[in-house]
Amino acid sequence: MNDIVRRDPRKEWIARNRLHPEHLEVLAEMGGGDLHSEWIGPSGLTRRNPHAVGFIGPNGIKRIDRSGAQQAATQPGSRQAQPKDTRRRVEIETPAFLVAVVPVLPGGRLSSHDRDLLGLARQLADADPERPGAVLAIVFGAHKETVFDEAGVDRLLELQGDAFSGYLPETRIAALQSVERELAPRHWLLPDSPLGGGELGRRLAVRLGERPATQVWQIEADAASETGWRCTARGAAGTSDIIRHLPRVVLALAECAEPVSETRHAAQPVELAQALPDVLGRIEDMGEVAVDPASVSLSEAEFILSAGNGVKDWDGFHHAAQVLGATEGASRVAVDDGFMPRDRQVGATGTWVSARVYVAVGISGAIQHLQGIQSCDKVVAINLDEGCDMAKRADLSVIGDAGEILAALVTRIERYREQQQENRDAA
Amino acid sequence: MPHNAKSSSHAGLNVAVLVSVGRHPLTARARRADQDARAVEMALSMSDAAVHLIHAGGNGSDNEEALRGYLGMGIGEVNLIKQSSGADVVPALINALRDTAPQLVLTGTRAETGEGSGLVPYLLAEALGWPVINGLAQVESIEQGVATVLQALPRGKRRRLRVRLPAVATVDSSAPAARQSAFGPARRGELAARACASVPDELQAQWQVQPARKRPKRLKIIKSASARDRFKAAAAKADSGSGQLLSDVSPEQGAEAIFALLKEEGVLR
Ligand SMILES: Cc1cc2nc3c(=O)[nH]c(=O)nc-3n(C[C@H](O)[C@H](O)[C@H](O)COP(=O)(O)OP(=O)(O)OC[C@H]3O[C@@H](n4cnc5c(N)ncnc54)[C@H](O)[C@@H]3O)c2cc1C
Repeated sequence: MNDIVRRDPRKEWIARNRLHPEHLEVLAEMGGGDLHSEWIGPSGLTRRNPHAVGFIGPNGIKRIDRSGAQQAATQPGSRQAQPKDTRRRVEIETPAFLVAVVPVLPGGRLSSHDRDLLGLARQLADADPERPGAVLAIVFGAHKETVFDEAGVDRLLELQGDAFSGYLPETRIAALQSVERELAPRHWLLPDSPLGGGELGRRLAVRLGERPATQVWQIEADAASETGWRCTARGAAGTSDIIRHLPRVVLALAECAEPVSETRHAAQPVELAQALPDVLGRIEDMGEVAVDPASVSLSEAEFILSAGNGVKDWDGFHHAAQVLGATEGASRVAVDDGFMPRDRQVGATGTWVSARVYVAVGISGAIQHLQGIQSCDKVVAINLDEGCDMAKRADLSVIGDAGEILAALVTRIERYREQQQENRDAA
Repeated sequence: MPHNAKSSSHAGLNVAVLVSVGRHPLTARARRADQDARAVEMALSMSDAAVHLIHAGGNGSDNEEALRGYLGMGIGEVNLIKQSSGADVVPALINALRDTAPQLVLTGTRAETGEGSGLVPYLLAEALGWPVINGLAQVESIEQGVATVLQALPRGKRRRLRVRLPAVATVDSSAPAARQSAFGPARRGELAARACASVPDELQAQWQVQPARKRPKRLKIIKSASARDRFKAAAAKADSGSGQLLSDVSPEQGAEAIFALLKEEGVLR
């Protein structure tokens, strides 16, 4: 499709000048579409079709060009080029070596830390364009991620099975050992996060007998090193930098590299030839312990139900928070009016929260409040006003009265709990 | 919490705590390491447990001062394994643990000085063939060689684990805070020094160590071909349109949509 519009300034000028002798001809030529807004009727009167006048502007609003010459297209969207995927496709058929990455996938998706790590892996793999390596991502258990290709994964090893659903570090290490035996990656990269990556990486390094570099935040090429790379790692509780050769096992901090954005990769599935070994674990996972959500501090909470000035039925709100198992938050107005304690205030002068799900009930979304929820993943707005800023920020906005919607939600959840209970009784 | 340390039987339980010399983050003075002190606190809170403290390292006057901080928590003595500076302490610690044969070894998650890689507990566990768990928040009970413990997860959550003893466990800052160190007991306590051959850490000698550089702040780069998009991205306030908007729905339909999202995200328990 050719998007380029050729303009003829002289014709445009004639079209604007109603007194020009060629005005009508030029108009007919320029407007020359199928819609005629003006014609001479059978009785000799000039007839006008008002609906055919004007065009839909880029914001979706109808514009009328008084000159009569329509500069933009009549059909909306025909000029708005669809954002095309310009990313380069990269396929590595026969990689010279592998760089293994074990992302943590909190909540089943790649976290930004995981993406940074994949960016780091790409740096290692793509250093020599003559002999490119491939990035192998090893994923345990079920996940929801669909864009491994965009994150820079060439080979994807999905280890499925019930064994990987819980916390069983010994089983996972045994699986990674099988990967080491069969695929022998040149490097192992893991995120140095408090749980998950940091722990798994240390276990793996010890099992492989490699001395890892921990808390790495930068790597540079270095010909003097045997791996060809040098890394900078934090030591002594973050107060010193250690510059050393890059070892085989690397535990890297967040923002250690830029995530991949310009290329798409194959994310070709691979499988292990041999079945995974059965491991007799000495650590048994008894499941998560229910903690009282009200006792969790706001900045740590994962699921927040937050109340604003739109909440009228406070007992209903507290009840809903209890049924949902959510930590309570509030906007400043709710706090100032004395409905909520000060330590529950979210926003610039309150707590900056990092919840995975933030439900804003009757909160308009003032900038001071939105600042506090910047790092929340999913925001749900319940509000009467569909034009409010919170609805713009939200991933899901439900327009309606807060009290009624919360009550309906409570009923729905109670029904769900009952069903679960029945299933459990039946089982 | 159904935790009652007094009633559970720890009879004859032998707990070793590995302690190191910490460093105050602001004044940089030697002190007891915070996480190690929490580990000591946890060991002391188990009734009937015989607690041994083990430290391997050099003993300058600074270090002695810091180690006495642990004695001030009400502990009779710290076993001090003398090592030359720049030595790898893992072999010495393995020997010491083989000698004392504890059922449970508690350590901090990572040291406040040196490399601070947090590898020591994992290396010890591998060498001794014991299981290792991290982020211990509470020991609920120990019965017939199996410990039931709570592991701290991010966001204030806890996970219950059962682990077969003997085991190594690391303690981080989600464990209960350590008690204060009292001056008198700290003076009276004994540092039982013992010499042990030290194995130099050769790799570490090659590293270049410098004070931590401030990490560069990541810039927000907008990759777009057209100037209009870049301008919009720079000047945008709240980008609307990405979210789903449900207006003119009954409260039940709205609730159903919210419920579906909550379930999808897995926050409902
Ligand atoms: C220096 C400074 C610092 C500030 N810091 C903070 C801060 O840290 N945190 C903070 O929150 N605020 C802060 N504010 C205040 C902030 O500017 C707003 O005034 C405040 O956030 C508005 O709170 P609200 O959204 O609850 O109330 P409103 O703006 O009154 O919004 C109420 C919303 O509820 C909706 N509503 C009404 N009735 C219903 C109903 N029955 N059902 C559903 N929806 C309904 C309305 O449509 C409206 O959108 C600060 C202000 C200043 C000047």
